[in-house]
Amino acid sequence: MVQGSAYLADVGQQWLRWSYVTGSSHRILDALRQHVVLTAIAVLVGLLISLPLGLVAWRFRRLTTPILGLAGVLYTIPALALFALLVPITGLSRTTAEIGLVSYTLLILVRNLVAGLEAVPPEIREAARGMGMTPLRQLARIDLPLAIPAIVAGIRIATVTTIGLVTVTALIGQNSLGQLIYSGLTNFDRTPVTVGAVLSVALAVVADVTLLGLQRVATPWARSRRVQ
Amino acid sequence: MTAGGATATITLSFRDLYRWYTTAAHWRGTAGIPHRLEEHVVMSVAVVAAALVISLPVGLTIGHTGRGAVIGVNLANIGRAIPSFAILVMGAEVLGIGAQPAFLALLALAIPPIVTNTSVAIREVDPDAREAARGMGMTGWQILRRVELPMAVPLVMAGVRTAGVQVVATATLAAVVAWGGLGRFIIDGIGQQDGGQLVGGALLVVVLSLAAEVGLGALQRVLTPAGLRQASALPGAAALAGTAGAGPDA
Repeated sequence: MVQGSAYLADVGQQWLRWSYVTGSSHRILDALRQHVVLTAIAVLVGLLISLPLGLVAWRFRRLTTPILGLAGVLYTIPALALFALLVPITGLSRTTAEIGLVSYTLLILVRNLVAGLEAVPPEIREAARGMGMTPLRQLARIDLPLAIPAIVAGIRIATVTTIGLVTVTALIGQNSLGQLIYSGLTNFDRTPVTVGAVLSVALAVVADVTLLGLQRVATPWARSRRVQ
Repeated sequence: MTAGGATATITLSFRDLYRWYTTAAHWRGTAGIPHRLEEHVVMSVAVVAAALVISLPVGLTIGHTGRGAVIGVNLANIGRAIPSFAILVMGAEVLGIGAQPAFLALLALAIPPIVTNTSVAIREVDPDAREAARGMGMTGWQILRRVELPMAVPLVMAGVRTAGVQVVATATLAAVVAWGGLGRFIIDGIGQQDGGQLVGGALLVVVLSLAAEVGLGALQRVLTPAGLRQASALPGAAALAGTAGAGPDA
């Protein structure tokens, strides 16, 4: 660590060595792929749970506060602590990572779904009932489509948040861009840290813009208006 | 670690947990629970206080003059996409390990939500109230101090709450860059495959985080001028409006 490491320390001082990027391209791409997979599974499973949960929270007023409160408590628990609580049960595994990541999406997704449904103008709902729509049909044809902007806004926040959180799963042994960052710390090398951080931000931006594009396509009627 | 292979198994019984909490040595010295808790709390309070000192003038200026608003909000959004784990590690790469880089990394995380919320809060003050104040002959400074500031308190405090909860959470991660705090027990618990320490420490982190959330929420309510108090329909509705919610970030 003293004399021979002069070169090593020098190498570690550089924020970006192209030799690392080209030499480890396979490893970097693999980390990126794992990062995308971990994020996609978390957001999709989060959506599958949030849709029914959000509908229940919206439909039954008395359950709104308990459901959002519980999701809020989960959301407040730091990721590392939540992973730690799960490790004795599900091990240092991808399952542990996903359970943690999914629980963080719930508050954002459920809250936005409920807010989106609540924002549907009562006169539209009235008109739908006047046309003889059944409640289920009204939900599918009126309420949910009109809530799409809020739902997608939730998916966007959840996705960007999850992409950041996935980096922490490196500490429970999962491969992702976080693993690059972590390896940079343990090897005193700045380059993997830069690569991991930059790719993580880039991934968040790409995901955000893509989801916004999807929303535009899904809600043609809103295109003329400014949507968040 | 174990001769068996790469996947370490960490087991835990309630007995392990009980033993971890009741071992006298775990309550003494610099590696003891009280000292780690103190480190965590002192670090978090210091970071939020420093963040307030820096963010309030900046946020007030942006909000009051309307200058730099676009840059400010965009910077904050980009900042949100940078993983706090990466910020911590980068801090350690530049400044070395220990308390100082942890402090600065946490500070970098705490500033954006307070600046954003403060500037938005000032900008969204009812224009009629501002107009009335001007009509009463108040100067710009008086308007800021007696009208805009009191009306901005709820949103500013929402930013402080977001920042505070995030700092407490991310301070847990700072154990990775060789700082102390309660995260130490989790990192060491994984490293030593000690389930009692792992879960024992994690539960302490959970309690502290929830205490921070509840405590800052109560502070927010107390500081809100009586005339502005109203029940919010949805908890944390601010995040929906794009002003960022508290995160589990790390």
